[in-house]
Amino acid sequence: MIELRDVRKRFGTQVVLDGVNFTVNDGETVALLGPSGTGKSVLLKHIVGLIHQDSGTVLVDGKDVAKLKREELRQLRSTIGYVFQNGALFDSMTVFENIRLGITDEEQYRELDYCRERVARCLKLVNLAPETAAKYPAQLSGGMRKRVGISRAIAGTPKYLLYDEPTSGLDPVNADIIDELVKSLAAELGVTSVMVTHDVRGSFKVADRLALLTAGKIVQQGTPQEFRESTVPEVREFLERDFGNLNFAA
Amino acid sequence: MIRGLTEWRVWLPLTVTEAWNIGVGSLPIILLVAGFAGAVTALQTGYQFSGNIPYYVAGSLIVESVVLELGPVLTGLILAGRIGARYAAELGTMRVTEQIDALETLGRSPATHLVIPRVLAGIVMIPILTIVADTTGILSGWYFVKQVLPVTNHDFAYGARIFWHPFDATYSVIKGFSFAVCITVISCYFGFSTEQGAQGVGKSTTGAVVASSIMILLLDTLLAKLLLK
Repeated sequence: MIELRDVRKRFGTQVVLDGVNFTVNDGETVALLGPSGTGKSVLLKHIVGLIHQDSGTVLVDGKDVAKLKREELRQLRSTIGYVFQNGALFDSMTVFENIRLGITDEEQYRELDYCRERVARCLKLVNLAPETAAKYPAQLSGGMRKRVGISRAIAGTPKYLLYDEPTSGLDPVNADIIDELVKSLAAELGVTSVMVTHDVRGSFKVADRLALLTAGKIVQQGTPQEFRESTVPEVREFLERDFGNLNFAA
Repeated sequence: MIRGLTEWRVWLPLTVTEAWNIGVGSLPIILLVAGFAGAVTALQTGYQFSGNIPYYVAGSLIVESVVLELGPVLTGLILAGRIGARYAAELGTMRVTEQIDALETLGRSPATHLVIPRVLAGIVMIPILTIVADTTGILSGWYFVKQVLPVTNHDFAYGARIFWHPFDATYSVIKGFSFAVCITVISCYFGFSTEQGAQGVGKSTTGAVVASSIMILLLDTLLAKLLLK
């Protein structure tokens, strides 16, 4: 379970998170929505300990992320797969080497046969051909890079998957493929997923629950149905921008 | 970083690759610069010589100038540009494209994967490149001084030996080692501290080269004061 309690974060004079309360239960997929620049990615980075809050608490499996020692944080991170917005693939390494780095168990990491097998399995899970393993990130399309990023995140069989804008910059067809992938990975691997996005349609297809972050606060958390029926002005304004009106197909 | 040293299985192969890249890659420019430095020293020695100075002094002048100063300092300044800029740009790009964040989320230490191999490769290769520069500078100076002065090989070797202190070679290597630490640590620091996209990478790269060059000149003065007595 992931829990953020009254988390506040500012960069200089800019308040990014202003008392965020946010919960993700085990096994569910939650989409964190919000306009660009509202701190969605910053929130996600708090969960994995890349950024620490000014005040408040971030708990993952009951552990206070900001208070963990280096080794404890490393162990916690081995249970979390993080998919970066632009893939963040190591461009000097092949796809195989990139995904292999995602294997967090050191003994498994050193067994080359296990690694080959695991990389092939991860590539298959994201619908990429085995030959992709020999390529470099620069030789891949944007959609393929995103999928390799997902492969790397799942290579260590994580308990949590955090997606930072997994469909941004992709055409609708590729965005749909990634959305389906997020859904199928949650079902096949049983992972708890948090997806930061401003793609409303995709999030309604994929998520069990949604949360809307605006002006540094979560203004609503709930199921897609609860979002459709919401009377919160920020929610209606955000959804209407995508759907025109809220009478879209359920 | 010290904790990262225990993960030798990770950094050792990366260090070997890095050492090969910077060593072999820097060899042509080092040979070129040291060759010209030796030649210019020889030509200027020839220009300043009057009839009252024995010709063998040219040998000592060229050898001491190259070993004590020109070899290590020119090597340091050239490599501050070549290796320092490269390290800062590589790590800066990795920072702004979130590759360093990715390493951390994968439970991997950026120090073990990125900093230790670069620093160690520099510490091993830059002193070796300094020795190469010293040798090239002396050979070049030897050749060119014979073109401008009636110096024999025997005169040159005698002059080189007469003012030679065994510590001179050690001093040259100590300078190479000190410059290596300064170039690699400064450029890795600038690369890691990069912010704000492509502009930030440019800023870090320039900052790394300027800071390394200034530090080399400061160290050069400090080491002369401390070690040459």
